[in-house]
Amino acid sequence: MPAATSGIIRFEGATKVFPGRGKGAEVRAVDEVTLDIREGEIFGVIGQSGAGKSTLVRLINALERTTGGDVVVDGVSLGSLSEARLRPVRAGIGMVFQQFNLLASRTVSGNIAYPLEVAGWPRAKREARVAELLDFVGLADKAGVYPSTLSGGQKQRVGIARALATNPRILLADEATSALDPETTRDVLDLLQRVNRELGITVVVITHEMDVVRSICHRVAVMERGRVVEVGEAYQVFSSPRHDTTRRFVATALRDRPSPEVLARLRTRHTGHIVTVGVDEVAGSSAVLTRTLREHGVDGTVVFGGITEVAERPYGSLTVELVGDGGSVEAAVAALRAVTWVDDHGTAADPRKVRGVGQQDAPDADPAGPPDPGAPGEGLPGNGPFGGQTWLTGGIDL
Amino acid sequence: MNWDYLTPLLWEAAGQTAYMVLITLLIGGFLGLALGLGLYLTRPGNLLQHRFVFAVLNLAVNIVRPIPFIIFLVALGPLTRAVIGSTIGIEAFTFAMCFMATFVFARLVEQNLVSIDPGVVEAARAMGASPFRIVRTVLVPEALAPLILGYTFLFVGVLDMSAIGGYLGAGGLGDFAIVQGYRQYDWAVTAVVVVIIVVIVQAVQWLGNGLARRALRR
Repeated sequence: MPAATSGIIRFEGATKVFPGRGKGAEVRAVDEVTLDIREGEIFGVIGQSGAGKSTLVRLINALERTTGGDVVVDGVSLGSLSEARLRPVRAGIGMVFQQFNLLASRTVSGNIAYPLEVAGWPRAKREARVAELLDFVGLADKAGVYPSTLSGGQKQRVGIARALATNPRILLADEATSALDPETTRDVLDLLQRVNRELGITVVVITHEMDVVRSICHRVAVMERGRVVEVGEAYQVFSSPRHDTTRRFVATALRDRPSPEVLARLRTRHTGHIVTVGVDEVAGSSAVLTRTLREHGVDGTVVFGGITEVAERPYGSLTVELVGDGGSVEAAVAALRAVTWVDDHGTAADPRKVRGVGQQDAPDADPAGPPDPGAPGEGLPGNGPFGGQTWLTGGIDL
Repeated sequence: MNWDYLTPLLWEAAGQTAYMVLITLLIGGFLGLALGLGLYLTRPGNLLQHRFVFAVLNLAVNIVRPIPFIIFLVALGPLTRAVIGSTIGIEAFTFAMCFMATFVFARLVEQNLVSIDPGVVEAARAMGASPFRIVRTVLVPEALAPLILGYTFLFVGVLDMSAIGGYLGAGGLGDFAIVQGYRQYDWAVTAVVVVIIVVIVQAVQWLGNGLARRALRR
């Protein structure tokens, strides 16, 4: 975890309003965002397309200027700087783009050397630096080729090398992996992680992919319609999402909870007591589950679920069929509730649809926050940390 | 048909055409590139966006370009006299050609620049490049191949314009074809000039295509 120092990037009520086209209404792309991004962290901004995250990241290097509020980068207030004074600020911030944006008229080396030329480095120093960067991104053999002959992943590695050329303290990645296949995405994310760890560069990642945030971000902000609706440690935000948008993203990352249809099918195959048990850092792993069941003399069969990592910590759930004598199942469930959340679906003969959802609660206090007025499935009891209501209405497939 | 008599005249006419065309390509090409860049850069949403300047440049190009060249020559008369000192002769005619070529090429340049991915311009801005540097190191190199083809196209247009040089006493191959061919009822002379022009155009087009292909490199 990065040390919590003062914000290297500070949004202070930053607002960006685009004038409407013709008679169209103006667009508030970024709406009074106040946010601190700390030095040395990988900060994620996640949101659907059109949420304003691309505009938000462009306020950091002033490719877009604020129309209200301010953005302070490394102690420099960008709002008051002239276009000419902004150029050196921009040169100190690397940026990586979804479509790579490499110059087709220059070779790989030429592209990486471009920011060095802008910064006025002498030729010999430029060449040494380019060689060093090619090595860092693993493209030493591609120095003399033109970008059109490279694969998407290679192009993005050139993009990253170019962004790092002038030793910036901040790297902005705007949907850097969205044009790549899953395997290449992994490579590029690993590279961004190395940039952060080995070079100590603060990385701001813009994405609509939960997987990106899940695998590399320390902290995350969730954006919707120009506003930051949730911000915090990635693990905290995603293990107990408070906002509906966040819940939808969580659902895309891990489909570990059975939908009502799946549950119905499970009941036909498993007649015992079915519960969904949360697996997180507190519950450790399924070991806790196994031990608890053994202590109570209950047989457990995993019938559904999944465990993945968020911010390098375990996260997910297992749906288990419990079979035991008398009150032993109830006692086991109660024991599990002491360490993690449990969603009790009851048995096929005695299903507990609604009550089970209502009881799905994390042991720590107030994980859900105030209910969202406009949330889907409104009126259903229960507003558990994972928005039980959302999946009860089939929201998992959103 | 007396080639002993005609050959020196033909060479002289070819020299006049070469003079008019090359000067126009040089001056009109340069000014057209500048004007085209101006159009592109001041277009709303682009690097130096300026609604008023763009509107003025755009209107000027739209007004000048469609005027038939022979009418444009006459209309430009007062300005030609003010700059060159005369409304006739090869200098006066070349002046009008440069003027027209500038506006024709400006539109070609602008259209080719518009096709550049705005993302690469944004990337250059993000690296702290100034607008002038972006023009020099991004816009022109990235659009070089279509710019070369546009310039080749301009050459054909300029050669076409030069054909009516005789109208202002500027001479040239067009004038030669009319005076020594058409008016003497000597179709062979006209045919020879046509063949010469076709060969020149083909050669230049071949050269332009080759250079553009080399500039593409992708």
